[in-house]
Amino acid sequence: MIITDFGYCLAPSNAVKVDKTTDWRFEKLCALESDVLKCIGCGSCTAVCSAGHFSQMNLRQCILSLSRGQWEKSVRSLSRCMLCGKCLMVCPRGINTRHLILSICRIYCPGEGGSNA
Amino acid sequence: MKFSGIQKIWSEWEKEIPDDHWFYVRSCIRQNFFPASERRYLDIVRGNLGRDIFEHPEHTTCGGIAYHNECIPQLTQMTIVGRQFSIMTESGYSNYVCSCVTSFGLYCEALNTWKEHPEIEAMVREKLWESCHREFEIPKSLVHASDLIYHLRHEIGAKAVHKLTNANTGEPLRVVDHVGCHYAKMFPTKGVGGAEYPHVLSGMVEAWGGESIDYPERRHCCGYGFRQYHIKENRGYCVSNTHKKLESMEPYHPDFIITNCPGCAYFLDRWQYVIAHQTRHTYGGPGQGIPVLTFEEAAGLVLGYDPWDLGLQMHQVAVEPLLDKMGVPYDPAKKYLGTNGKAIPRPELPSIIRCC
Amino acid sequence: MINKNIVIVGGGPAGLEAARTLRNAGLTPILLEGSDRLGGHLLEWDSLFPSNQKASEVLESLTADLEGIKWFTNSKVEEISRIKDIYLVRTSSGYTFQANAVLLTTGFSLFNATLKQELGYGIYDRVITNADMERYFATGEHPCIHEPKTIGFVHCVGSRDEKICNRACSKVCCATAIKQACHIKEKFPLAQVYCFYMDLRMFGRGWEDMYYNAQTKYGIRFVRGRVCEVSEGMDATLNIKAEDTLLGKPIRMKMDLLVLMSGIRPRKDTEDIASNLHIELGTDGFYSPRDPFIRTNESSNEGIFLAGTCTGPATLPETFSSARSAAARIIEYLESK
Repeated sequence: MIITDFGYCLAPSNAVKVDKTTDWRFEKLCALESDVLKCIGCGSCTAVCSAGHFSQMNLRQCILSLSRGQWEKSVRSLSRCMLCGKCLMVCPRGINTRHLILSICRIYCPGEGGSNA
Repeated sequence: MKFSGIQKIWSEWEKEIPDDHWFYVRSCIRQNFFPASERRYLDIVRGNLGRDIFEHPEHTTCGGIAYHNECIPQLTQMTIVGRQFSIMTESGYSNYVCSCVTSFGLYCEALNTWKEHPEIEAMVREKLWESCHREFEIPKSLVHASDLIYHLRHEIGAKAVHKLTNANTGEPLRVVDHVGCHYAKMFPTKGVGGAEYPHVLSGMVEAWGGESIDYPERRHCCGYGFRQYHIKENRGYCVSNTHKKLESMEPYHPDFIITNCPGCAYFLDRWQYVIAHQTRHTYGGPGQGIPVLTFEEAAGLVLGYDPWDLGLQMHQVAVEPLLDKMGVPYDPAKKYLGTNGKAIPRPELPSIIRCC
Repeated sequence: MINKNIVIVGGGPAGLEAARTLRNAGLTPILLEGSDRLGGHLLEWDSLFPSNQKASEVLESLTADLEGIKWFTNSKVEEISRIKDIYLVRTSSGYTFQANAVLLTTGFSLFNATLKQELGYGIYDRVITNADMERYFATGEHPCIHEPKTIGFVHCVGSRDEKICNRACSKVCCATAIKQACHIKEKFPLAQVYCFYMDLRMFGRGWEDMYYNAQTKYGIRFVRGRVCEVSEGMDATLNIKAEDTLLGKPIRMKMDLLVLMSGIRPRKDTEDIASNLHIELGTDGFYSPRDPFIRTNESSNEGIFLAGTCTGPATLPETFSSARSAAARIIEYLESK
């Protein structure tokens, strides 16, 4: 097949195709940590995060991304977690954020320090 | 600031601390960083305060560092906790005291998990029996080592040889505190004074004549963050957190920092050297750092222990200016002598920040 | 009918409006107020959204004509007992009233903001609540308000927060915050005013206009994020931490004044009264009506009626409507007896 160079090309879509993302990882996460469904996106966790001040770590955004099947970048940012527990104190929905972070790392990054047990 | 508001919180967030007969477990890292701290802690509790505190040679790590680095799952970590409890049970004790703040958080987490999920406790008991034929009882009380000193702070105050005051002017020393994250942030009701305004260290400072100073980033993490520090390339990120804290406390001109967490004491102390050599900035005036004391060391100084017996020569930031201020006598010639009287290796002296 | 007794417990807006309606229908209601003044929370508020009418004016028109209403202040209800169809209401002033019907208009309590320790109310001087702000508007005095340059309003304090066991929205704080934000901006035109919200719930008539004016006329800045740590700097200015969730980044700011929008909570005695009268409470701690659509003014116990915010957060117009409908329902009930 000959590909002609017109000097321009079709633009890729920037949209998140939510109906095409069936993500077993998120299902597994919900089964293990039903708390993840409680998030109302207020940003309290990110506001007090020790890590967020110096890195891209943003638990609120990560939870949202996971639920939309967009996990690649956001899960990596969680590796900056200090496990200090401040987010746990302020969450208005009482999510066990500290435990949630460890579970996300275990499900989404097995083999990168995340134990599979 | 309304002091009455904080006092109200303190009066409502007291926790029960048993008065005697404790089973003591050590911290993995405290003994390496500040080796005399735990030894002198036992001396203070037994010798100065006449209490019974027992330590068993077979106790181990709580598994916290491996768990927080995701090397072992929580179930394994809880089984280690079960084994620790079994040694306590076999030794005939039921009041558990741990030296490490992270251990304390994880013990609380395990006990809480078992309370909410008895099936997990059953599983831990089964695993423990399978692996080492041990059984355990749940401790009647679980406290951190600093809770105990907090509980006994007035007794220590009554026996004080040196107050936390400037020996020349009589003015109280200005002390900032840093409470380890896992002390109360995970379980605020388990901390003396809660998680927002912990009283565990400021209570000691006030009982011993010092002035406790609040600073904006008091609640921020020291920056250890387990896997962050353990990977060398991440350490810039750790030191940034400590830097943020030091910047926040500097304008208050503290005489020293008191902490109750093994890691925090280490990082607040050592990073001052790193920051001094990266930015040429020192936080205790030109060429001076802010000395960092663990609560055991502070109690030891108050009770008149020799600074070198407390292991203060292991600190990066020079403690001598603080000792001079407090009027604590010390022999500079003995600083680098071991407990056997023989010379121990001397550190290389940094050029920017004073270390002795 | 004319001989039937009705006791109304609580002399706030709902109690007053119900008493007036019953009186206008030819009855002689007995209105019991525990404190020394009629008016309830209206006494503590300066002005009311969305029209900015003075609370005192509304209260005046409510209390202008109380003829035909037997009202008693300093009369806290101690016990209500029942003998057949008659309720006996005993008060702290030593009286016992007989009633064929009892209307509870006991209202709400503002959330005790000291419980959110991380926000520092009662600890840091420059952290105040919505009620303190209203007092300031009414009197023009507050020891810590001197030409503030940056002012923050924190929505949802004590609402939508499982940490203090309240999942519910308090309904009126968003509008109150915007009203107060505009008002303080009028007083200090050079100040920068921020509202920190989780979701802005401007559902009432005219409320969206308030929001619009706050943005365009007053230049109030809205940040979608929850303030969740406050500390004090050397000069008593406040350092706050939030996330700007639309920006996706944590933000740090210095504030000269921080106003906490304390939410609507059940009164402390709600539970005692409920168990005394065998009426049901919802999971939110407020009285439950017999059904949520038609019989909204009836409790689960016959002869005990409910109106106003003792059944959950409500705006003032809703409270008045609820009081009038309760009066109508009571009349129906007494006629059927």
